[in-house]
Amino acid sequence: MSHKYKICSLLVFFGTGIYAQSQDLSNILEQLESQQEDNTVTATFKATRILNGHSIERMPQGQLDFRIHHRFGTLNSGAYNLWGIDAAQTQFSLEYGITDWWMTGVERSSYEKTYEGFFKFSLFRQKTGNASFPLSISYLTAITIRTQDFPYIDSLQNNDNYPFSARLAYVHQLLIAHKFSNRFSLQISPVLVHYNMVTLANEPNNIFALGLGGRIKLTSRTSFNFEYYPRLKTKGIPSEYTDAFSIGFDIETGGHVFQLILTNTQGMTEKDFIGRTTGKWNKGDIHFGFNISRVFNINRR
Amino acid sequence: MLTMPAISLGAQKLITTEGNISFFSSTPFEDIKAENKKVIAVFDPQTGEVAVSCIMKLFHFERALMEEHFNENYVESDKFPKATFKGKIVNPEVLSNKTEQETEVEGTMTIHGVSQLFRTKIRITPSVGQVIVKAEFEISPTDYNIQIPQIVRTKIAEKILVKVNMVLK
Repeated sequence: MSHKYKICSLLVFFGTGIYAQSQDLSNILEQLESQQEDNTVTATFKATRILNGHSIERMPQGQLDFRIHHRFGTLNSGAYNLWGIDAAQTQFSLEYGITDWWMTGVERSSYEKTYEGFFKFSLFRQKTGNASFPLSISYLTAITIRTQDFPYIDSLQNNDNYPFSARLAYVHQLLIAHKFSNRFSLQISPVLVHYNMVTLANEPNNIFALGLGGRIKLTSRTSFNFEYYPRLKTKGIPSEYTDAFSIGFDIETGGHVFQLILTNTQGMTEKDFIGRTTGKWNKGDIHFGFNISRVFNINRR
Repeated sequence: MLTMPAISLGAQKLITTEGNISFFSSTPFEDIKAENKKVIAVFDPQTGEVAVSCIMKLFHFERALMEEHFNENYVESDKFPKATFKGKIVNPEVLSNKTEQETEVEGTMTIHGVSQLFRTKIRITPSVGQVIVKAEFEISPTDYNIQIPQIVRTKIAEKILVKVNMVLK
C-alpha cells in the first residue's frame, strides 16, 4: 500500500512527465532515484589535518585515530645534524568520533612538553542537489597546557612563582571549506589563539590568524596539500615570529594516511605553529616532517 | 484525477524503493561486508521486464573509513553515483505459477560506468499484487574497471559475492 501511495505522490510531484511515459520502466526508476540520492559531499580532505592545522573532516562515530606527528630540525642545520634529522619533535594523539558530528582528542607534543585536549564539531556539511549548501563548516576548540619549565631568569622568578594558569593557551577556530571538484578543495579557517602568559609586557595575549589551506588530488590515493597561516595583527609581536607556511603530500593506504610535510615551523599544536613560528622559508629554515594516521574501529555501527 | 494513474500503474508495475542488496568480500586477511537497504526496482509482470537501480553512497559498511574508500577510490560514486540492471526474465510464463521457483534474468549490468551483459539465476515467488525476488551471484571488480592497488590486493577478494533480496509490490 505504501508503495502505491509513493507512486501516487510521485505522480503529483512530477505531473505529466511520468504519466506520459508510464510504460517505460527506466523512467519510473529515474523518478524514484531522484527521491533518495545522498547529496552530502564527502572526503573534502583525506585526514582531520590539512598539514599542521585541522581540516573540516572529523572522525566518524566509533572510530579511533592514532596519530604520530614528527617534525625534524631545519634542513639548513648542516651535515653535522644530518640536515635536521637529529633534532626531532614528536606528537602523539588519540582522537575519537563520539558521534558523526562530534569528535574529541588528546595530544602530547614534545614541543614545550605540551598536552592538548580538543573538541571539533561538524556544524554544516556541503550538499548538492535540491537542498544544496555550498560549505562544510566545523568548529574547533582546544586547551593546551605547557608542562615544560619556564626558562630560569633570576632567583625571584623560579617556576614556583608562576601560577598553573600561566601554562595554558586556548584555541578557537572556525573551519570553512568548499570542495570545488573531486580534485580540488579549499579551506579558510579564521583562528584565535589566546596565551594566558606571554614573554614581553606589551606583547598581545591574543593572536588572530586567517588560515588558508587546500588540496589538489593527484591520484585517487595521493594529493598535494598547502597551508598558510598569516597573522592578522602583528603589532607588539616580537619580530622573530613569522607566519607558518607548509606544503605536503598525502598518501593513503587503506587504514593509514601518511602526510609528508615541508614547513617553517616545528610546532604541531595551534599555539605553537600559529603564534610561535620562527623559521623563514627564504633562509632555508625548512623542517621536513610527517604525520601518520592509523584508524581503528572501536564501536561497530 | 490524482488516484487514477496510480491505480492503473499499480496494476501493471510492481515496485520497491526498499530492496536489499548486500555484498561480501572474504579473504584470509579481511572480511568486508556492505548493505544497501534502499534499492529501487521496477518490474513489469506482463513482459517480465525488470529495472534495478542502487545508489552507491547508500551502501553502508561496518567501518566508516571503508565506506569512504569504497566511494572515493573504488566505485568513484561522485562520477558514477549508481549501479543499474536493465533486463528481463528469460521465461516470463513462470510468473503464472504462484510458488517459489527458479528462473533466470538476462540484461545489462552497469557498475562504475561500465556496462556488461549479465545473466544470473534468481528465485522468484509471484503472488497476488507482489513478487519476492532473491538472487546470489558473483561480480569481479576488474570486469567493471574497478582498480584494486597491489597494496590491498590481499584484503579484497577477486570475486565479490552479491546477495539480492527484494519484495516488489
